[in-house]
Amino acid sequence: MLRQIEGSRAIAETVALCRPEVVCAYPISPQTHIIEAVGAMVKSGKLAGCEFINVESEFAAMSVAIGASATGARAYTATASQGLLFMLEAVFNASGLGLPIVMTLANRAIGAPINIWNDHSDAMAARDAGWIQLFAETNQEAADLHVQAFRLAEELSVPVMVCMDGFILTHAVEGVDILDQESVDSFLPPYEPRQVLDIDEPVSIGAMVGPEAFEEVRYLAHLRQLDALERIPGIAQDFKELTGRDSGGLIRTYRIDGAEIIVVALGSVLGTIKDAVDNRRELGERIGVVGITTFRPFPSEAVREALADARQVVVLEKSFSTGFGGVLSTDVAMSMRDMDFDLRTVIAGLGGRAITRRSLEEMLKQANDDALEPLTFLDLDQGAVERERARMRSVRRSGPSAENLLRDRASSAAAPTRRDV
Amino acid sequence: MTRQPVHFYQVGSFAVGNRLLSSDDRTVQSQRERTNSIDSGHRACQGCGEALGARYALDAAMRATNGHVVAVNATGCLEVFSTPYPETSWRIPWLHSLFGNAPAVATGVAAALRVKGKSDVRVVAQAGDGGTVDIGFGALSGMFERNDDVLFICYDNEGYMNTGVQRSAATPPAARTATTDAVGPEPGNVFGTGKDLPRIAMAHDIPYVATATVADLHDLERKVERAMEIRGARYLHVLVPCPLGWGSASNDTIHIARLAKESGLFPVFEAENGTVTSVSTIRRRVPVEQYLSLQRRYGHLFGKSPRPDIVARIQAIADNNIARYGLVDDATESMEVNT
Repeated sequence: MLRQIEGSRAIAETVALCRPEVVCAYPISPQTHIIEAVGAMVKSGKLAGCEFINVESEFAAMSVAIGASATGARAYTATASQGLLFMLEAVFNASGLGLPIVMTLANRAIGAPINIWNDHSDAMAARDAGWIQLFAETNQEAADLHVQAFRLAEELSVPVMVCMDGFILTHAVEGVDILDQESVDSFLPPYEPRQVLDIDEPVSIGAMVGPEAFEEVRYLAHLRQLDALERIPGIAQDFKELTGRDSGGLIRTYRIDGAEIIVVALGSVLGTIKDAVDNRRELGERIGVVGITTFRPFPSEAVREALADARQVVVLEKSFSTGFGGVLSTDVAMSMRDMDFDLRTVIAGLGGRAITRRSLEEMLKQANDDALEPLTFLDLDQGAVERERARMRSVRRSGPSAENLLRDRASSAAAPTRRDV
Repeated sequence: MTRQPVHFYQVGSFAVGNRLLSSDDRTVQSQRERTNSIDSGHRACQGCGEALGARYALDAAMRATNGHVVAVNATGCLEVFSTPYPETSWRIPWLHSLFGNAPAVATGVAAALRVKGKSDVRVVAQAGDGGTVDIGFGALSGMFERNDDVLFICYDNEGYMNTGVQRSAATPPAARTATTDAVGPEPGNVFGTGKDLPRIAMAHDIPYVATATVADLHDLERKVERAMEIRGARYLHVLVPCPLGWGSASNDTIHIARLAKESGLFPVFEAENGTVTSVSTIRRRVPVEQYLSLQRRYGHLFGKSPRPDIVARIQAIADNNIARYGLVDDATESMEVNT
C-alpha cells in the first residue's frame, strides 16, 4: 500500500515483514528511527516471534547477530558511521563465518572531525569486509532491497549490507509502497541454515584455519560473491514479477544511448544527477548516467558494457581514499582497463555538504568542454584551505585545523562569497 | 537437603576420594558416561589447568542439562589448542567468533534458542582472563546487565598466555610476565592494579556468581550444576594454573591451585543476587610463600636477593581476603591444630 512515510519507518516495517527472529541494535544517528520502530513493533507484539535486544555497543550488536545467525535465527541489525567502525572486527567475522545477517547502513561521514551527516565513507571502510553491499537510490528501493537482501543472503550464506543515505533517505518522508505479509512470505522462504549449532549434530564453527586451507576458504567466499552477481538480477526479476517494480539489480542506466559522457554514482545523489543531466541534454550535451546498485560484488561486466561507448566517464563519489582519490573510480577503471576513455573523479557531498543541481551542471559543462580535472572536489572552498595552509606554515602551534576552518568560515560568512557576487 | 561435610583426612591427603563415596556422590569426571565435551588429542601444554577446567565444567554442565549445552568460546589458548582442523576436540556444538565478543555472541545464541522454542538448550560461554576482564569486559558487563540466560566461565590463568605470557588485568602483583619484567625497585607487576571480576559480577546483582579452582573437582562441579539450575546471567571464575606462564612444574597444577585457595590468595565462594551465600573455608592455612615459591614468575622474590618485603605485601592481600570473606573460621583453626 502506498503511504507517505519516513524512510526509516518504511525500512522498519519492511524488515518486520521479513520475519526477523533476532534484532539487536545500538543507537547511532541517523539509524535510530529504524531500530526504534522495529523495537516498538516487537514490544507491542505486532512483530511476533522476534527477540529485540538493546546492546551496549555496535560491537555487541554484530556479535549478537553472529550468535543468533549461527543458531539458525534470521538476524538483523542497523548502524552507521562510527558504529560500523566499532563493529568492524565482527563485520569481517560474520562474513568469514558465512552467516547471512542483513544490516542497514544509514550512510554517514566518519570523524574526526565528528560529523553526523551523510557521505559514503563508512560503507567504503567496510568495502573489503566480505559483505554484499547494495546501495539504494530512493526510499522505495531501500525498502525493496531489504526483502531481496534477506533472500540473497540466505541463498548464498553471505551477509548483506543495505546502504541508504543518512538523513537524505532515512529521514525523508515520501511515498513508499509497503508490501503485504503474503507477498513477502511468497518471496522469502523461511531461513534454512547451512551450518547451525545443534545438540543433535554437534559441529565446531569458527575453528582455527592455518595456511593449509585459509586461501581456499577465502577463495570460496570470492566465488560466493561471484555467484551473487549471477543471482542478484534473477532475484530482482522475481521481485519485479511480484511487485511490478524495478528495484535492485546490478546497475541502473539512464539516458546512456549515444551518450559521450556518462556519470557513475551510488545512492540518492543519482536523482539530482538525473535532473542535471536532463537539463544538459536539453542544451544538446550527450550525457547519461549509470547508478551502481550492487557495489560489492562489483558488477564489472555490466559496468563495462554500459560504459563501452562513452568518451568520458565521470565518477561522482561521496568518499575518497585520502592521498589517492576515488574508490569507486578505481573499480570503474579496473573494469575498463583495456578500453580507451577518459576517467574523471569528482568528490562531492562529504560530511553532508549539499550536492546542488547547479554545481552538478557546472561540473557537467566542464566535462563536456573537456575541462574537468582528473580529480575534482566539488564546491571546495579553496581560499579557506589556502588560508589554513598559510597559518600552518607561519606558526608551529597552529592549533586544530578543523576549528581553524570553522572560525575561518564564520568570519568569511560576513563578507560576500564568490557565489553571491 | 542438608549437606554432610566429608573430610578425607584418613587418606592422608586432600584427594577427592571418590571410592569412599556412594556412586551418586562421585564426580562427573569419574563417571563412565561423562561426555568428554573437550576430547583428548588437543594441543594444550602438559599440565594445562585450562584444559582441565574446561572439561570439568562442561562435562558437569552436560550432565546437569542432560546433554543440552551449546558452547561459545572467546579467542585464546582454549580455542587455539582445541580446534586446528581437522582435529576439533569439541564433542558439543561449539562456536568461536572473536576475542572480545564471546558474551555477546552467547547472548545471540540464547536469544535464537528462545525464539526457536529451544530454551531447554543452555548456553555456556567461556574465555580466558584476557577475554573476560580486559577485551571482553564491556560485552560481559552488558550481558550481565541484561541478565541474559548465559553461564559465562572465565578460566583465569592470570595473563595472556597464548600470545606469550603478557600482563592482563588479572595478573597479580609482583608476577613476572613478558610485559612486567622482574627488574627495578618494584619487580614484576605493580601493586594496586587489576580487576576483581567476581566482585564486579556481583555488583551487577546477577543471580549467581561463584569462584572455584581445578583443585577441588567436587566443588567446581557442584557450582556448575547449581549454575545450570538458575536462569539468567551467571558467572563462574575458575583459577587454572598455567605451567608455561607461571613457570611451574606440569605435575604441580592441582597442587598450586590448592595452595592458591589455602593461602587465601584466591577466595573460593559463591554468591546469589549480589550476596555471598557460601565460602569454602581454608582447611589448612599456608603462608603465601608456599604458593609463590613453586612458580618461577615469582622467582625474583626468593633466591639470592630475596624480597621478603614484597612477599609480606602479598601476604597482606591474602590476609585481607581471609578477613573479607571469612575464609578461616574457628573450627578450621582448631582442625589446623589437630592435623
